[in-house]
Amino acid sequence: MGGIPHDHYEPKSNFEKGMQTRLPIIGLLYDTLMIPTPKNLNWMWIWGIVLVFALVMQIVTGIVLVMHYIPHVDMAFASVEHIMRDVNGGHMIRYFHMNGASLMFFAVYMHIFRGLYYGSYKSPREVTWVLGSLMLVLMMGIAFMGYVLPWGQMSFHGTAVITGLFGAIPFVGEAVQTWLLGAGAVGQPALNRFFSLHYLLPFILLGLTILHVWAFHTTGNNNPTGVEVRRTSKEDAAKDTLPFWPYFVIKDLFALAIIMVLFMAVVGFMPNYLGHPDNYIPANPLATPAHIVPEWYLLPFYAVLRAFTADVWLVMLVEWISFGIIDAKFFGVIAMFGAIVVLALAPWLDTSSVRSGRYRPMFKWWFWLLVADFILLMWVGARPAEFPYDWIALIGSAYWFAYFLVILPLLGVIEKPDQAPATIEEDFNAHYPQKADGKAAAQPAE
Amino acid sequence: MKFIRNLTLSAATALALTGTQAIAAGAEVHVHDVDFPFDGMFGSYDQMQLQRGLQVYTEICSACHGLEHVAFRTLGQDGGPALPEDQVFAYAEFYEVFDQALFDGEGDFRPATPADKFPGSNLSNAPDLSLMAKSRAGFHGPYGTGLAQLWYGMGGAEYITALMTGYAEEPECALEGEPMDGYYNTAFANGGFPASCKDEHGKHKVPGSWIAMAPPLYGEDIEFADGHANDLHHISEDVAAFLMWTAEPKLNARKEAGLTGVIFLAILSVLLYLTNKRIWAPHKGKD
Repeated sequence: MGGIPHDHYEPKSNFEKGMQTRLPIIGLLYDTLMIPTPKNLNWMWIWGIVLVFALVMQIVTGIVLVMHYIPHVDMAFASVEHIMRDVNGGHMIRYFHMNGASLMFFAVYMHIFRGLYYGSYKSPREVTWVLGSLMLVLMMGIAFMGYVLPWGQMSFHGTAVITGLFGAIPFVGEAVQTWLLGAGAVGQPALNRFFSLHYLLPFILLGLTILHVWAFHTTGNNNPTGVEVRRTSKEDAAKDTLPFWPYFVIKDLFALAIIMVLFMAVVGFMPNYLGHPDNYIPANPLATPAHIVPEWYLLPFYAVLRAFTADVWLVMLVEWISFGIIDAKFFGVIAMFGAIVVLALAPWLDTSSVRSGRYRPMFKWWFWLLVADFILLMWVGARPAEFPYDWIALIGSAYWFAYFLVILPLLGVIEKPDQAPATIEEDFNAHYPQKADGKAAAQPAE
Repeated sequence: MKFIRNLTLSAATALALTGTQAIAAGAEVHVHDVDFPFDGMFGSYDQMQLQRGLQVYTEICSACHGLEHVAFRTLGQDGGPALPEDQVFAYAEFYEVFDQALFDGEGDFRPATPADKFPGSNLSNAPDLSLMAKSRAGFHGPYGTGLAQLWYGMGGAEYITALMTGYAEEPECALEGEPMDGYYNTAFANGGFPASCKDEHGKHKVPGSWIAMAPPLYGEDIEFADGHANDLHHISEDVAAFLMWTAEPKLNARKEAGLTGVIFLAILSVLLYLTNKRIWAPHKGKD
């Protein structure tokens, strides 16, 4: 795979040979597990495994929770309390599931910013990147619908706000909103369909995960230098790579164990820190919480949504040009989805011929500013929409778009990149000086 | 490594900064940290305190407020008030519950058994207290960052303590305008607030607001069988601890599971670290 020359699966026993001609699944698993992987991958290449683990954990805990949960407006809240109090281990399972969403988003944001820094989105890995962007959107939808299910105050009023976004679409908005909710307002039909989709979509996410892995196994992994593995001969390729098993499996499991220590500490000692106390109040349509705030992982995009108010000149201009069809509310919705669209378009917006940010002196600064900007948006997303937070949100959102639409295209033209190493082997040996006879490099582990 | 450190640091800061609370726009409330025995990683409930809190709830709060998610049998469970079985039965009988199965399906009241749950609230405007300690946060600071909650917990029990002890004389500014309904409380955020106590920007000049509930606890209004101090602060803390238990009855078990998990995963990390080091050594020229 990956066009990287290497030894392929050879069936040995009669059973394996028989299987290989009938259903070559052992060969598929073998080749997937033994794929040549750039040996200079650093610790930022562990988040994929963390995400797969977290997704499986969410599905397993979710299936157990469904055995006890009741999707009914009068019983949903009490059934969650039943899980917390009466189901054996229910409080742990639910806290795992609740905080598992935060783990997934933490990991996915690390994963995305790693891709942005090392240029993992660039040709030939555009398909992997676009699939990943789709998965991000899907994850947000799943997380949001999951938050609705306990039917607390934030669940209910958050649903009203988020489905209200679709109501901002010109002409068809109201119809779309009614279609999403299954009724004119948030109620039993909405709870039922969100429950159904919250169960279905994670399996679609799992399917997309397989495509995502398939895509980058076809192109080969990126690596911190952004230099491709040599495909000139099997010997050259072997100098740049090591098989995924055992080298990267063990490395990733080690990283995963460390992350699980932290995750276990959050679940065991402060499981409600990342949640909102208001969601422990049963949903009450007549009492709106003072501040409707999404979970932390949606806050950057929520900040973008709220940033473009009617008094921003750009919004006024667009409203005037579109004869009032695109008003401030719809503009905000477009901006929020646009923030993810520009992310997905990064492969075509980045004009630099150098892949890794490590060899791009100017890019580095803009990149770290983007990270800071993301954190700033996350912070300001939880603030009330008043001065000075409105200005901070607007500037932060403007930079997010400017990074993708202006800075990435321009940098490729004006930046003078540093010299990247010729091969992955060269980069690896620079970190880990080999013994004089040079024989260490190609030895398999005993 | 620098990259990871930077990104991890920034992400951690983000998590911390985000907190989870939006800062309340107007009202400022006074909630102080209380050193509860269940605070922190190794904290657990004090059985005697929960029993005292149960007594306060029974004698005073239960006149108006319910605990509809709490079953009587849980009063006998470990990590709770852990009443002996006969006392759980005796306590449950003290309440009446409606049973639809009685009287040929028309339903009737009967004395509760341990399998039943506490009744709901008697007053429509008295909220159920089962989850009160988890549906309120005591701390938002410093500066609305929510960082204090990492050390002090979410502060629901502290909030309840502050509310019980937060009744005060009406501030002078309130006497200028129309008389207010309810009672002035320095810890209550969402109640009525007189215009005469706001400055020209709408900012509140005094903390808290007006709450409908009359001061429920005065101190010395409960006699504890064990002779424990029964001044206002002590009984407030006791009932707050009890309500923390009703909201999170599995807290002790959860923290034990958390600690076990952390220790085992930490050992696993060390083993995987050594394995990883060993298999990579020949390739890193370190064998």
